[in-house]
Amino acid sequence: MSGQRAGGTGPVTSSELLSVVAARELACRRTVFAGIGLPTLAAELARLTVAPGIEVVYESGVCGAHPSQLPETIADAVLITGAEAVVSMPTLFGSVLQGGHIDVGFLGAAQIDRWGNLNTSVIGEWERPSVRLPGSGGAVEVMANAREVFVVMRRHTPRSFADVLDFCTTPGPDRALADGIRPLGVGVTRVITELGVLARDGVGDELRLVAVHPGVTVEQVRAATGWKLKATDRVTTTDPPAPAELRLLRDDVDPNRVYLR
Amino acid sequence: MRTMRRTVDRTAGKVMSMREAVAAFVHDGDTVSLEGFTHLIPTAAGHEIIRQGRRDLTVVRMTADIVVDQMLAAGCVARLVSSFVGNSSAGSLGELRRRVERADPEPLVFEEYSHYGMVCRYLAGAQRLPFYPLRSYAGSDLPAVNPGIRKVTSPYPAADGSTEQIYVVPPVQPDVTIIHAQRADHRGNTQIWGLTGVQAEAVYAAEKAVVVVEELVADAVIRADPNRTLVPAHAVDAVVVCPRGAHPSFAQGYYDRDNAFYRAWSAISKDPERLRGWLEEWVYGTVDHAEYAAKLGEEFWAGLAVGEALSEPVNYGRRL
Repeated sequence: MSGQRAGGTGPVTSSELLSVVAARELACRRTVFAGIGLPTLAAELARLTVAPGIEVVYESGVCGAHPSQLPETIADAVLITGAEAVVSMPTLFGSVLQGGHIDVGFLGAAQIDRWGNLNTSVIGEWERPSVRLPGSGGAVEVMANAREVFVVMRRHTPRSFADVLDFCTTPGPDRALADGIRPLGVGVTRVITELGVLARDGVGDELRLVAVHPGVTVEQVRAATGWKLKATDRVTTTDPPAPAELRLLRDDVDPNRVYLR
Repeated sequence: MRTMRRTVDRTAGKVMSMREAVAAFVHDGDTVSLEGFTHLIPTAAGHEIIRQGRRDLTVVRMTADIVVDQMLAAGCVARLVSSFVGNSSAGSLGELRRRVERADPEPLVFEEYSHYGMVCRYLAGAQRLPFYPLRSYAGSDLPAVNPGIRKVTSPYPAADGSTEQIYVVPPVQPDVTIIHAQRADHRGNTQIWGLTGVQAEAVYAAEKAVVVVEELVADAVIRADPNRTLVPAHAVDAVVVCPRGAHPSFAQGYYDRDNAFYRAWSAISKDPERLRGWLEEWVYGTVDHAEYAAKLGEEFWAGLAVGEALSEPVNYGRRL
C-alpha cells in the first residue's frame, strides 16, 4: 500500500489543497489541538513550513507529539513514542484546554451555521434521529476554550452549511453569551472547504467568504451554502499549492496516502 | 448522603479469572464503567459480560466504540452514558445506530455528554462531590436533552465583580469499573504508561473495581517505580490476568492497534445477521479470551508486534 503516488506530480487533489491552505493558516501559532485526518496533515505540514516550533496537542493526552509515521488515530502508539508529554484526561481537558493553553483548535462537523455553531450529534430530531452521529467528543470544550477554532469541511453543500442546525452540539460564543456565559475564545475564525475559505473575526460576526479556490466562483460557493452567504469586498483566489508544499505533503507527511485522496 | 467507601483489604491477593471476576462483580441491572481512551480498552471483559448474558446494564464509557456495539448487539445494555458514539475515525457503530435511530430491536436510553463532562462526572464521583463545574455547554442544545447538565450561579463574584453562571454535571458512581492495564501486582497496585486517560478517576468513582492486566508482576517490580502506579491496591477488588485482552485496541509496549479490524467493523455491524454471526464465532464460540487470542493465530499477532523504546531509569534513591 505504500506510496504509489508518493513524489508524484499529478494534479492537486481536494484533500491536498485543504491541507496546504489549513497549514498556511497556522503561521505563527504555537499550540494546536488537532484531530485526525486533514488537521493532522495541516499541523505536520505547518511544522515543516510556516510554524517550525508548533506544539501539536491531541485529545488523547499527547502534548508535543513527534510521530515517526503519520498517526492513524488520535491515540496511535506512534504519537506516544518520542512525545514530549502524555497527560491524563482531567489534566488535558481541565488544565491544558480549559486553562487556556490552546491557540488553535481544529474541529469538523456534519453541519455548521453562519455563526460557526456546530452539529456533530444528529440529523433529524435528537430523540429519534434519521442519522445518529458520534456526538461531541471534546468539541464542546475545544470551542469554549481554544483562542480560536479552524473548521475543515471536505464537503460544502447547503445541507452541511445549514441555515438552521438540526441540533447544536458545539456552540460558538454568540450562543454562549445568549446563555449568559462568556467563553474564553472567539469561536470559529476560519472554515476551510473544498470550495474556498470563510472567515469571521469574533463575537457578533457572521462567516464571510474571503477566498475561493482556483476555478471556483463566488456564485458557486453561495449556491452551495444554505444561508445567504456574505462575501468580503475583495474575494481572493487561493494560491495553489507550491511545488515545495506538495512535495513535503506527498513525500514526507503522508507518503502512504493515509488521509490524502 | 455521603457515605464512607467500603475498605478494600490492600494486603490480600485478588487474582482471579475473568469468569470469576465478572460473575462476582457484574450483576444484571448494574451501572458498569469500562474505561480506556482508545488505548487499553477492556474488550475481553466486555466479551465475558456477553458470555455470561448480563442484562439491563447501564454502560458508562467516554468513547463508546466497538466493544459497546458488541454488548448492545448481545442485548446486555439498556442505558448508555457517553460522550462519543462512533467507531473511532473508521466509521459507524451499526447496532448502536439501529437502536437509537429505529429502536431496533429495542430502544436504548442514551445520556449524551461531552468528553470533559464525562471526566467531571468521574471526578465528582471519585471525590464524593455533589456536582462538578466546567466551562462547557453554554449555548449548547445538550442541556435540553440531558437534564443531568445544569446551570448554577457561582457563589463567588467573577474577576470583574459580576455574577457568574456555570454549568455543572452530577457525579457518576458505577457499581463497578473495569479497566485494562499493562501490569499489576497480585494485590492490585496497577501500572499504566502511555495514554492514561481517565482510568484512575473511573476506578475511584466506583464501588468496586476490576483491573485486567497484560502481566502480573512481582511486588518488587511495582515498588521499583512507584510513580508509574496509577491505581493503588486500596482501590482494587480484583486482578485478572488477560494477555492481549485489549484487542482490537492496543497496549503500549505490548501490541499495536488492529486498525484493519476497526475498519472492518463498520461493515460487520451494518448487517445484523453478520454481526450476530461474528458474536457467535468470536465471543459465544470461544470459552475465554485465551481461546479468542489463540484463534486469531500467532501470525496475526506477529503483525501487531511493537518495537522497543525503553525509558531511561530514574533514581528513586533515599538518604544513606
